[in-house]
Amino acid sequence: MLNVVRSLAPVAGDTRGQLVVGQISLTNFRNYHDVRLNIAATPVVLTGANGSGKTNLLEAISLLVPGRGLRRAALRELQNQKSSEPWAIAVDLSTPYGALHIGTGSDPETGDGDRRIVHIDGKNVRGQNALAEHMAMAWITPDMDRVLAEGPSARRKLLDRLVYGFDPAHNGRVHRYEKALRERLRILREGPADAAWLKALEDEMAQTGVAIAAARRHMVQQLRTGIATTTSAFPRADLELKGLAEEALENQPALLVEDSLREALARTRGDDAQSGTCVCGPHRSDLVVIHRLKQCPADLCSTGEQKALLIALMLAHVRILTSIRQMPPIFLLDDIAAHLDDIRRASLFEELRTLGTQAWLTGTDTEPFASLLPHAQHGVVEFGQVIWL
Amino acid sequence: MLPLIEAMTAAVHQVQSCSICGNLGGNDPCEICSDPLRDRTTICLVEDVADLWALERSHAFRGLYHVLGGTLSALEGVRPTDLRIDQLIDRLKEGSVKEVILALNATVEGQTTAHYVAERLAPSAVAITKLAHGLPVGGELDYLDDGTLTAALNARRKSA
Ligand SMILES: Nc1ncnc2c1ncn2[C@@H]1O[C@H](COP(=O)(O)OP(=O)(O)OP(=O)(O)O)[C@@H](O)[C@H]1O
Ligand SMILES: [Mg+2]
Ligand SMILES: [Zn+2]
Repeated sequence: MLNVVRSLAPVAGDTRGQLVVGQISLTNFRNYHDVRLNIAATPVVLTGANGSGKTNLLEAISLLVPGRGLRRAALRELQNQKSSEPWAIAVDLSTPYGALHIGTGSDPETGDGDRRIVHIDGKNVRGQNALAEHMAMAWITPDMDRVLAEGPSARRKLLDRLVYGFDPAHNGRVHRYEKALRERLRILREGPADAAWLKALEDEMAQTGVAIAAARRHMVQQLRTGIATTTSAFPRADLELKGLAEEALENQPALLVEDSLREALARTRGDDAQSGTCVCGPHRSDLVVIHRLKQCPADLCSTGEQKALLIALMLAHVRILTSIRQMPPIFLLDDIAAHLDDIRRASLFEELRTLGTQAWLTGTDTEPFASLLPHAQHGVVEFGQVIWL
Repeated sequence: MLPLIEAMTAAVHQVQSCSICGNLGGNDPCEICSDPLRDRTTICLVEDVADLWALERSHAFRGLYHVLGGTLSALEGVRPTDLRIDQLIDRLKEGSVKEVILALNATVEGQTTAHYVAERLAPSAVAITKLAHGLPVGGELDYLDDGTLTAALNARRKSA
């Protein structure tokens, strides 16, 4: 196994443009009052005691892509509790396509804690999707440790988040679909149902549902390629996408699948009205992950094996993001050392360097990062301050 | 000059809803419905008055309007009878209208409502068209620039 690690390609040189957070300033964000960090392109290792602010810093970076960040926190939680001045995150970013300044925070004018504003190069942009044009990001957090064992819903959400990393429109699709689904259920429950109204909602569900399924299928195909093109010490996963629409797309054109989904929805109105749930559609799909060597589904694997499978999946994701976006994404790995044996840890560090991604790794202890430190920037986090070693 | 408060009350009194199309203005019927130069064979269906004004500003459309007064939403308690759908059907019975353009927002509610209205209008003999796609997903008409609106109007297509 160690041989495999050593035979990896040399660390990417200057040939490939990188995506780098060069400077980050945090104002009244969680336990940070006023901090500015200057950072180089190499991996960043953050160590420090429990509660020092490591995850908070990663969370700040995760807000540079559309969405609610790696904790999926409500915006109000981000505001430093001891300050009434609005929180803000400002970043100087260098990308293969040029330098860029991104700012995000709660709106100081409206004082509206529920909305975050986004500035790109000093200009206020409407919505957050513009962030996705400049940024690419992936993350692994301890919350995700059991995601592969938690059941279809958690795995489906994971897959959707990966799709979202490529295609910010996916979030809108899922949102539309779920909204139409809830509307339909409400009408069915309240009865007497207006057939034309139901038909209109089922049409929306069929159209967006098939678009969602198609995007997931595409993602899974990409992930399979990403998994095939690695020599790392992480276990290989076989991926299978289970779902009415996803499977039908295998051998039927999208319009036909739309029709079958529409018919299935119309047919199950009675059942759905009784059960109060919607029995068919892509909100029921599942990503089945199988440990290839053991021929064992992920939910039956050990905790460490599950984590290794998850990291393998995320590495595959980062690899394909790198090739499609033509730049390695920023990669956040919170509390990453837990559950990983020495070989896997070494393999992970090697792979991060090979990918050329600006990786941000956190842990309470320094020791697990020893082999990475000569190639990394090491900061110690203490009470919302970072001291570089 | 009237004190501000009186001026404002006066303005409120003067604004009325057009009994034909639902537009807001100083007169009933409104300036658009009573304009002899407008094309009376085409009705553009919009969610609210803000969308009507957005289309008017773009000067892309010379027909008449019909303001629905919202969109269907079971969760918000907006049902078909809460919208001005029956009034639209009545307007069509008169016979001169040949085309209804569904210019509803690209939101779930907007598209569901468009689909619903198309279904209800199917028995009448008018052509039903939709603003062309290319409108941003979740996009709302009153945020779009005139060029985008004009393009969407010109490229409208038969509603499925
Ligand atoms: N809005 C807020 N205002 C002030 N402090 C906050 C806010 N939100 C969280 N904190 C505090 O920030 C501290 C650091 O949290 P964080 O999760 O970043 O720690 P950590 O370094 O990742 O710790 P661990 O090693 O346990 O994962 C916590 O003690 C928490 O109470
Ligand atoms: Mg933490
Ligand atoms: Zn009128």
